[in-house]
Amino acid sequence: MKINDIPVIETDVLVIGGGTAGPMAAVTAKEQDPSLNVMLLEKANVKRSGAISMGMDGLNNAVVPGHATPEQYVKEITIANDGIVHQPALMAYATRSFPMIEKLDSWGVHFQKDETGDYDMKKVHHLGTYVLPMPEGHNVKKILYRRLRRNRVQIENRFTATRLLKDPDGRIAGMIGVNTRTAEPIIIRAKAVIMATGAAGRLGLPTSGYLFGTYENPANNGDGHAMAYHAGADLANLECFQVNPLLKDYNGPACAYVTGPLGGFTSNAFGERFIECDYWSGQMMLEFFKELESGTGPVFLKLDHLAEETIEEIETVLHTNERPSRGRFHEGRKVNYRERMVEMHISEVGFCSGHSASGVWTDETGATTVPGLYCAGDMASVAHNYMLGAFVYGQICGESAVEFVKSRSEPKLDEDFIKTELERIQAPMKVTDGIPPEQMEYKVRRLVNDYLQPPKVTRKMEIGLERILAVREDVPQLCARDPHELLRAMEVQSIIDCAEMAARASLYRTESRWGLYHYRVDFPEQDDSEWFYHSRLFKDENGQMASGKRPIADYLVSLGEEKDAYRKMRVQKAANA
Amino acid sequence: MPIANHHSSVPVIVDEDKCIADKGCTVCIDVCPLDVLWINEETGKAHMKYDECWYCMPCEADCPTDAVTVNIPYLLR
Repeated sequence: MKINDIPVIETDVLVIGGGTAGPMAAVTAKEQDPSLNVMLLEKANVKRSGAISMGMDGLNNAVVPGHATPEQYVKEITIANDGIVHQPALMAYATRSFPMIEKLDSWGVHFQKDETGDYDMKKVHHLGTYVLPMPEGHNVKKILYRRLRRNRVQIENRFTATRLLKDPDGRIAGMIGVNTRTAEPIIIRAKAVIMATGAAGRLGLPTSGYLFGTYENPANNGDGHAMAYHAGADLANLECFQVNPLLKDYNGPACAYVTGPLGGFTSNAFGERFIECDYWSGQMMLEFFKELESGTGPVFLKLDHLAEETIEEIETVLHTNERPSRGRFHEGRKVNYRERMVEMHISEVGFCSGHSASGVWTDETGATTVPGLYCAGDMASVAHNYMLGAFVYGQICGESAVEFVKSRSEPKLDEDFIKTELERIQAPMKVTDGIPPEQMEYKVRRLVNDYLQPPKVTRKMEIGLERILAVREDVPQLCARDPHELLRAMEVQSIIDCAEMAARASLYRTESRWGLYHYRVDFPEQDDSEWFYHSRLFKDENGQMASGKRPIADYLVSLGEEKDAYRKMRVQKAANA
Repeated sequence: MPIANHHSSVPVIVDEDKCIADKGCTVCIDVCPLDVLWINEETGKAHMKYDECWYCMPCEADCPTDAVTVNIPYLLR
């Protein structure tokens, strides 16, 4: 079959995004049924793509028998996320996280073990013990790549997906996209699609002003969020922004998981500890923000009190793993952990379920609200999912997609929709005297910082939304001189979609929740009577962006007397201190 | 609207004496998650064509001849 002379590629299961969750989903689908055609499409190259291109230094949320139970974990994350979670999805993660660690271990991923051979668990969270260091975790991507080859997953690198396709019954039918080096379009018909396109990390602008100096890998710009929205899928809790504590001007995280267990901590300007717990939560970030803005700010990572061998150990991990250019950054500023504290700051805002809870709505089977469309990793709405969550939900989605395609005949494609989308893809290269994608991106992301970054104020957000919609009016002027700029031009359209979603979702929830993530100054209190719901964001029958409420599923684990534990983040000083 | 070119100092440096891209090597170009390294048509060597760097280092780590150095972008330095 050809549409506009473009051959339609056929596959059973299509996975979009080859970072962490995507490869696991593709490998799982092939393990379940080797006779299926499984295609993995990646915007960059699967060998080094996604959030963990240089590896990872630890598992933040590992539920390891003997150290924690799934019930304890579900309770802790429910409390950390102010009650707005889908507990069945957290429980599915919690029960499958240890088998996944063992699977990865058998594949050759190295986790830290103690002298008896047990996993060397560390306590970082407020209540339980869930952190498992992996100081030799730099080879994760190589191991995943070997598995993809061994299981004969078909890999297509340097293609970016731009829209999902649906059949007349509203079920998923495939996708359309474009090659990032040749600008050639690609049309894929698939019986099931798993999206794993990562966070929406190019939403806010880093304080450095460098567009690509984001916390998230900048390839993760929210394409998946935008595509899911346009395909009619629900997004959830988008106002629960991701905001992370980072080194000032450098996009590396600092404290909790690596230095915390070794004695490092987040301090104010006087070297004093001011938060009880360094596990990233909205409440912790609110205390961080308050200290940053206070007379005892800014905030620092304090290591200068540690022994030489401890500092060497920290340097070895931090300077070789996840963000290895960190050592060079410190060197350039003549910062030595032994001599002085390291200035910290808060990151730009984004959508990322890895660290917060915002994303495309997914249930405990990885299913979205579009039949046949599954989501995993940082883009899916399962709270506090991190890397191990990406692996577990990649696996869950792989299994669910294989089950879905069993009874599915060849989906029918909507040729008119495809032709319209081909025109949208080809438009920027036809414009000559227009607006380069870089300028449009800078503008919309600067607006996100000015108007949507917490503390959130209603009138400011309304103005921000108006300004973002004005940028959208400029899209027909977007110009691209080459296929690479075309990639950026397609990305900026997703960024505009995400910016609008961020504004509308934040305006919808008229309360404050999740600490700094949705700190709304003119609605300062948490209001459980009105807002003990997931917020929904979706495209309504008129094609307009709409909001609504989704009830919280019955809890599997009750919270008991620890329910307010994450509200008590600030270190209490004695009255005479 | 007319478009101007503006200069910027880029963070990734390729040592052209060591680079073997002209002999067919494309390792750094393949692994870059942002696709900013391309062959320089004039020299046949790899270079940073777009100032869109995450300073993530696969290009440097995977280069078989140690020709690539990743610096911190000037705005962050």
